[in-house]
Amino acid sequence: MKKIESEFIEELAANGGSSATLCFQCGTCTLKCPSAKFTAAWRPAHLMRAAQLGLKDMALQADALWQCTTCYTCVEWCPCNVQVVDVITALRNIVVANGELYENHRKVAQNLVELGHTIDNNDKIKSIRKELGLPENPQTVMDDAAAKADFDKVLNRTEFTKLVK
Amino acid sequence: MTKYAFFLGCIAPLRYPGIEKSTREVFKTLGVELVDMQGANCCPAPGVIKSFSKATWLAAAARNLALAEKEGLDIVTICNGCYGSLFDAAHELHENKEMLEDVNKVLAEIGLEYSGGTKVRHFAEILYNEVGIEKIKGAVKKPAEYNVAAFYGCHFLKPSKLKQLDDPENPKIIDELIEAVGAKSVLRKQKAKPICCGAGGGLRSQFGDAALKFTKTNLEIMKNANAEMIVDVCPFCHLQFDSGQKDSGYAFPVLHLSQLYGIAMGMDVKNLGINAHITPVKI
Repeated sequence: MKKIESEFIEELAANGGSSATLCFQCGTCTLKCPSAKFTAAWRPAHLMRAAQLGLKDMALQADALWQCTTCYTCVEWCPCNVQVVDVITALRNIVVANGELYENHRKVAQNLVELGHTIDNNDKIKSIRKELGLPENPQTVMDDAAAKADFDKVLNRTEFTKLVK
Repeated sequence: MTKYAFFLGCIAPLRYPGIEKSTREVFKTLGVELVDMQGANCCPAPGVIKSFSKATWLAAAARNLALAEKEGLDIVTICNGCYGSLFDAAHELHENKEMLEDVNKVLAEIGLEYSGGTKVRHFAEILYNEVGIEKIKGAVKKPAEYNVAAFYGCHFLKPSKLKQLDDPENPKIIDELIEAVGAKSVLRKQKAKPICCGAGGGLRSQFGDAALKFTKTNLEIMKNANAEMIVDVCPFCHLQFDSGQKDSGYAFPVLHLSQLYGIAMGMDVKNLGINAHITPVKI
């Protein structure tokens, strides 16, 4: 038997996923979801059901949870105004807070910590930027140590640096 | 307002600098002034970073919003991801005073404060709503007479209740913008509309094969409509189409709308940065 954890519903709401409770299982989100067509595991309506019932283990099943591209087609079509993408984001936040993160995603997160951007610059891009009359690095945290130090404080203060280590 | 804080994001300046360059040139031609956002950080990416920590996402986005507010300017983005992230963050902080207070506690430590006043705009929507089709037509020097597949992506128009720009099921903004510079928008009257490019939400980085199924579905729709090239308004969609055609049998040149506009407004092809593209662009 699946285990119902009622405190999970509160945890979900605290993370911005309270609208899952509005779902009446019409299945429109799954029907319209492009990812549901291409992947075996992913059925957003099932996820909403698991979330609203407090079936924590079912809702947090990793592979299914990370198949959403956040295209918002489900949100456009939902007759109950369930903010499906916000529910998924909340579930993902709960998973990551438990220390579970795919290595590929951890790399993106660590880029943010290291560079202030999700991707690095490289020699090819630097030379193209130069040809175009642009500075080798964009005039962002990448090119401004004081701004990067400020950004680091934002990441530390919100415990991101620790979270994705 | 014809002056905006220019938000670069990550993928445009660091993978397709021609998009940054073309945007600067096109806006200059059309009389829109861009002020660089010195020291800005990643938006941060809505699909990945927001999925990892909403608190970090909101505070880091608020830093960008506060930098623009300090200059008294609204933000213009050239990426749907940046637009989605910063627009949503601005909306949440405008609607939720408690969240705004929390975020300001973080910003106070770096000498910033955000009052909730920054508006976040997308460059395509500024072209459409502020510059206007007539002025754009007047700036065309060399009509871009191509059959173009317009690719809107997701976060430009959705969620439509928040964005309120166009009907995401049957949009027209990008089609009209493409046709304003002499191209034919071949998907406009088609029943089969493109879907998400597949890159977002961390799918591209973790489940790349699934992401490519999205891309190929779109490429098939574009081929059936006799498109000659893809024109997007998002560097992440751009990357997905440009890299995703490798070994696929398709070879559509992929241009960001700013690059198509650069061509039509007589910009030197050298300034489009097409040597950064993976799928060759022959113009």
